[in-house]
Amino acid sequence: MTTVIETRVEDRPRKIVGELDGADKAYRFTLRLSGVFMLSVTGLVALFLLFRGWQALRVAGWSFFTTTVWQPDGHKFGIVGLLTGTALIGLVAMVIAIPLSFGMALYISEYAPARLKRPMITVVDLAAAVPSIVYGLWGFWFLQEHVYPISRWLFTYFGWVPLFHVDRADPHDPYNSLTVYSASTFIAGIVVALMVTPVTSSIMREAFSQAPLGEREGAYALGATRWGMIRAVVLPYGKGGIIGGSMLGLGRALGETIAVFYIISITFVLQPNILQAGGVSVSSLIAATVGSATPFTISALFAAALALFLVTMALNFLAATFISRSRSGSEV
Amino acid sequence: MTAVVDAPVVAVDPPQLVEPEPQLRRRTSSFRPDDAYAFVGALLASLSVTTSTYTTLAPFSGPVGFVVIAWFAFVLLYALLVSVSHPGQAVKDKVAAVVVQSIAALLVVALVTTVGYLFYRAWAAMTHLNFYTKDMGDARPTDSVANGLVRAGILHGIVATLEQITISTLITVPVGLTCAVLLNEIPGRFSRIVRTVTEAMTALPSIVAGLFIFTTYILLLGRPKSGFAAALALSIMMLPIIIRAADVVLRLVPGTLKEASLALGAGNLRTLWQVTLPTARSGLATAVILGMARGIGETSPVLITAGVATHLNTNPFTGPQPSLPLLTLLLTRSSSNSYVARGFGAGGTLLVVVLVLFIAARIIGGRGAGNLSPRQQRRAAAASRRDVARWEQRQHVPTTPLDEPNVVVLDPPPTSS
Repeated sequence: MTTVIETRVEDRPRKIVGELDGADKAYRFTLRLSGVFMLSVTGLVALFLLFRGWQALRVAGWSFFTTTVWQPDGHKFGIVGLLTGTALIGLVAMVIAIPLSFGMALYISEYAPARLKRPMITVVDLAAAVPSIVYGLWGFWFLQEHVYPISRWLFTYFGWVPLFHVDRADPHDPYNSLTVYSASTFIAGIVVALMVTPVTSSIMREAFSQAPLGEREGAYALGATRWGMIRAVVLPYGKGGIIGGSMLGLGRALGETIAVFYIISITFVLQPNILQAGGVSVSSLIAATVGSATPFTISALFAAALALFLVTMALNFLAATFISRSRSGSEV
Repeated sequence: MTAVVDAPVVAVDPPQLVEPEPQLRRRTSSFRPDDAYAFVGALLASLSVTTSTYTTLAPFSGPVGFVVIAWFAFVLLYALLVSVSHPGQAVKDKVAAVVVQSIAALLVVALVTTVGYLFYRAWAAMTHLNFYTKDMGDARPTDSVANGLVRAGILHGIVATLEQITISTLITVPVGLTCAVLLNEIPGRFSRIVRTVTEAMTALPSIVAGLFIFTTYILLLGRPKSGFAAALALSIMMLPIIIRAADVVLRLVPGTLKEASLALGAGNLRTLWQVTLPTARSGLATAVILGMARGIGETSPVLITAGVATHLNTNPFTGPQPSLPLLTLLLTRSSSNSYVARGFGAGGTLLVVVLVLFIAARIIGGRGAGNLSPRQQRRAAAASRRDVARWEQRQHVPTTPLDEPNVVVLDPPPTSS
């Protein structure tokens, strides 16, 4: 009897993968090839950033992370001043951009009359498509002189805060030129804020418009005002979008080159006074100095670019996590 | 008993038809005259307060400061006026509405001044025909604005921009679209890695893309700065943008369409070619156009790779070739008035190009996969009417031989062709 069982053919799951013909094999191969191409471009960029940056990092050692001045040819350079300058621009930009984009997103998703909704979305998209050089022109030639009085006011009343201090400025001296407030981190930050607002606000708007209708109507039925409904329904649902959009905007703000390069006058030392002329960001420093740089300076710039890239990439990933969580509807 | 007799009399009495009260339509609008009075009152009061105190009492100056102070005064006064007749919740609601709407207005004003100021400054140059037909070979810094515009233009910048964006589009569109198809059609670990890496690359600051090409193509390979180098830098920047946008569009193609095609026996390639891509056509076009708009306006990668020249150079592979955004940047930083005017003109031209691309993207795209534009709908309707007409014609053709009247032959079922 046992022999019968042993000779019985076992059931095996049938292979259900279809055979691919030649064209489809070539097709899949081409698709994979394009993926490999994308990966290798990224790999090359990363490799170059690491490799060229490494030469400078080896010379500078740990002092790269503690030095506040930028004099690569004197082998005295560090990232602290650059990153502080970049972060200050990002800070000014976000302090302005977050309320602006929050208001714009709320307006489009909650307040705008139905016939204005699509045009307003188009306006925001258009603002995102305007080249950065155009914002730079506007900031430098048009906005700057209108910001001087604000800078002076901030200095007059808050000059005791280190952030708002300005050297050589005296609001009570009529001969004191307003140009001490020109080309400052503050002005660059305002312009960058306007550039990132469209990006941030469209992500917030998407998140807000996903707040479910049932809950909205429930809030109204319980007697909530519109603002009450927004507080109780829209904002909790849009939390992920607010955080994610802001982070994405911050990443954009830190990487912004041309508008900053156009407006700010670059300093090579740590300059923490945002109202004062002069400031620096990693990308504007690269734009300004790479053309006439020695190989070693270029290597130092690569090290700085690597630091910037890592920061913006981390922000991007964090933002993507928050945004996708808010899209899937789970709690943040 | 009389009462019993009386009662029916009362009941029989025809009921007086009471003229119904005319029903007034209830107003559901949330608008109340009170609110308008509060709004106008607060506006006037804030303007008066600000005007009277602005220059005399407080150390402010400049129009921006005036608007800021007036706005804060307005919000405070409005809250005060509304709180006279409304409870706290309603006051909060009204103040929030005012704040949100003024933020929206502020942003629209900012965009309008940005675009308007540029065109205002660019007007002199952009209305000059020489501006588009001459390069800057004859330009002199000492020229007055009028003379300078006669003598020189930005033809070299226009040509450079068109050539560079063409090259980078030729590079990025095939690779980008193929990559987006990969992400959608062959899901798996490899696709996941590619998608993650693409996400990371969108965070790449554009200047780093330029720096990469600068060190590899120019320093390492020893090639001079050229339009091609700039196009390569732009490609590195545009590639992840196009991949991501196309990926989103392709994801919207209904799976049922693809499955129907596969069930009919079509292979992967044929399904892609006949079903997926045509369905997503408008979205893909939008993705590509928006990528191009981003690439055209990008200055920083071009700044360190394209080089500077004043003469027209139609060959992107040799010699410097500054594009429109770069010319805008360089010329407006010059100290010569005629150069600055030309720089603004270059910026205005650039913005016109970007606007044209943007509008094209709006016209082509803006609808989901498979949704037809009115024109396409008309065309589809016309095709289906033609089909109907053809079937009807076919039914009138005698399919039965005349000498065999008893045999009933059913009309062949209409087949779509």
